[in-house]
Amino acid sequence: MKSRHDPGQMLVVDDNRVNRLLLTRALEQNGHQVANAENGRIGLEMLRAKPYDVLLLDIDMPEMNGFEVLEALLQDEELRYLPVIMTSASDELDRVVKCIEMGAEDYLVKPLNPVLLRARVNASLEKKRLRDEQRKLFRTFATPAVAEQLLRDGFTLGGKYVTASIMFCDIRSFTTLSEKQEPSEIIELLNDYFALMFDAITANSGTVNQMQGDGLMAIFGAPAHDEHHREQAVNAALEMVELLRAFNEQRAVQNKEDVRIGIGIATGKVIAGYTGTQHRATYTCVGDTVNLAARIESHTKVVGKPILIDHYTREGVSEQTQVEDLGEVLFKGKQQPIQIFAVNS
Amino acid sequence: MPVIDKTTFDELKQMSGDDFINELIDTFLEDAPKMIAEIRSSHASNNAETFRRAAHSMKSNAATFGASQLAALAKELEMLGKENKLHEAGDKLKALEEAYASVRDELKGLKS
Repeated sequence: MKSRHDPGQMLVVDDNRVNRLLLTRALEQNGHQVANAENGRIGLEMLRAKPYDVLLLDIDMPEMNGFEVLEALLQDEELRYLPVIMTSASDELDRVVKCIEMGAEDYLVKPLNPVLLRARVNASLEKKRLRDEQRKLFRTFATPAVAEQLLRDGFTLGGKYVTASIMFCDIRSFTTLSEKQEPSEIIELLNDYFALMFDAITANSGTVNQMQGDGLMAIFGAPAHDEHHREQAVNAALEMVELLRAFNEQRAVQNKEDVRIGIGIATGKVIAGYTGTQHRATYTCVGDTVNLAARIESHTKVVGKPILIDHYTREGVSEQTQVEDLGEVLFKGKQQPIQIFAVNS
Repeated sequence: MPVIDKTTFDELKQMSGDDFINELIDTFLEDAPKMIAEIRSSHASNNAETFRRAAHSMKSNAATFGASQLAALAKELEMLGKENKLHEAGDKLKALEEAYASVRDELKGLKS
């Protein structure tokens, strides 16, 4: 990790030339690289063209003022976490408060005090670096959706009830399949398979939160709530089967055996939250719905259909989706029989 | 009240260095007449927002150089713009121009 006083890339946005010159000079004297813009619109364009570590932003500007820039930054997935230091006159602290509420990190009063400038810029730089490190760390083991939520809401291990669709998926007769192949081929096969499944799941707003052997678990409708989670889960399942069909065509050319999967989806209340430690955590769901989804997935072997869903999931999918009522099934460990549907591709 | 507050100016000079203070003064002397022209024209066309912003800029720069009286006058104009009372600015515009003229002469002398 870089040390506290390493230089950074600064952007100064101020419509006043004297202020711009002065700030640029002061920052350069602290060893930073400084670019500047004369209004918010140009500043925003520069921010989108190239990464900066800290933005020093004036409030009063023509074309696009400081408030409008902050607003635009908040809407921007990439720029949301850029530290912003407001530069303002001492008699406009009420407006500075509004800026802090809008996400600005800190403020500096003009005329500039060089000692304060250095301290605040260094503090912001340090925060930026910690945040970048965290983002990198999160991304290595969590999904982007989880990483974003962790960054936004902070890390808490507390769980909560959410309604979501849970998907389990694994490869049919993987043991038999793997016995016939070289270890390197099996790993390659698993990598291809997971890449395809992840692709279909994330394209339909799902989050893969567990992988074990040839199996995976995915959540739809959490951590970010989305009322269409049932349909998204079923669409993902259809896409997974479709992608695998294309994959198998390629394998057939190489005289390789088909890979077949089973997918089970159940919808209902789950307890969702982060489990693990501060250094290694995962977003997961537990509860009856999760167990049910796992049972339904196992049931695909019994009925020989690739996609099975429960009736709650069925109620959330569109008319166009072809489903087949397979009647009620009493799963192990359940008091009540569950009505199961097969989704036909 | 001195035209330029010595302490503020010396701090600025110390922070920016000799060459840079000259560049800073030149920039201000180039831009300030534009700000005054903008204050005049927006006053004439009763454009309170432009008036307020130009006065705000003048206040900010005057304060940077320690030109306290000029900064105070600019601030009064800024307030009038904010409250949409441009008609009350009349005499103050002239006072601002005079204050600026003294600041300009003094800053020229302070260049090293």
